[in-house]
Amino acid sequence: MKDVLKIEMYSRPENEGFARAAVATFMARLNPTLEEINDVKTAVSEAVTNAVVHGYDDETGVINMEVEIEGHALGITITDYGMGIENVERAREPLYTTKPDEERSGMGFTFMEIFMDSLNISSCYGKGTRVHMTKIIAGGNSDK
Amino acid sequence: MNILKEANCQIEKETVKIILPEELDHSNAIEIRTQIDKNIYLGLAKNVEFDFSKTKFMDSSGIGMIMGRYKLVKPLGGKVILTGETGNVERIIKMSGLYKLI
Ligand SMILES: Nc1ncnc2c1ncn2[C@@H]1O[C@H](COP(=O)(O)OP(=O)(O)OP(=O)(O)O)[C@@H](O)[C@H]1O
Ligand SMILES: [Mg+2]
Repeated sequence: MKDVLKIEMYSRPENEGFARAAVATFMARLNPTLEEINDVKTAVSEAVTNAVVHGYDDETGVINMEVEIEGHALGITITDYGMGIENVERAREPLYTTKPDEERSGMGFTFMEIFMDSLNISSCYGKGTRVHMTKIIAGGNSDK
Repeated sequence: MNILKEANCQIEKETVKIILPEELDHSNAIEIRTQIDKNIYLGLAKNVEFDFSKTKFMDSSGIGMIMGRYKLVKPLGGKVILTGETGNVERIIKMSGLYKLI
């Protein structure tokens, strides 16, 4: 089975919760465990929040979210057209943040990496950022 | 005392206690922070108790908010107390290293 969900939204904080809930509902057909749902919700929340907070610096912009399902594989792509990341390698480091005075802890990318199977970040400084994550949802179908 | 839409806060013995919402993220962390800090700046409290018993979801915005309160009250001789955290929330707090800090 292959299916896709595409959502275009404004970079409003309220949409962080909406994006999480939408992905959780969409992936339900894979029969995920509670832990798998939580993992994916956290990763989506981190990526969308980054687009709102860093990509657009709390201004209004467009965020695209694409969720793909193929067999047990889940793929999520979150794109913003905001300010981009100057040094992606450094941004991935745990505890690294460019906004310490706004109480960011620098854990977003680390959580995405831990909770998903793969995390790919492509960013063009001044143009925007695309985060692509994948995870195999073994779900209730596995005997683990 | 002001009652927040989602978070409920009360003061007892220099401790401001916050009942956190079901989902704690960037969209409500700032409002909760403001509510707590007001009480600390007014000198009504120096300890902060976060009650997670209703909370099913939290991301790094929650971690940042808790860490920020820790940095605020530590110089005042205050402390941060976490109660009722389970499942996903407890796991995220563990991974962030917060338990070692507070
Ligand atoms: N979409 C984005 N656009 C521009 N910069 C970004 C984006 N996402 C991340 N960054 C940059 O990468 C850094 C690290 O991101 P990460 O999510 O790991 O931490 P954080 O957002 O700063 O803190 P936390 O996620 O713990 O609240 C950010 O501080 C920011 O500089
Ligand atoms: Mg982040």
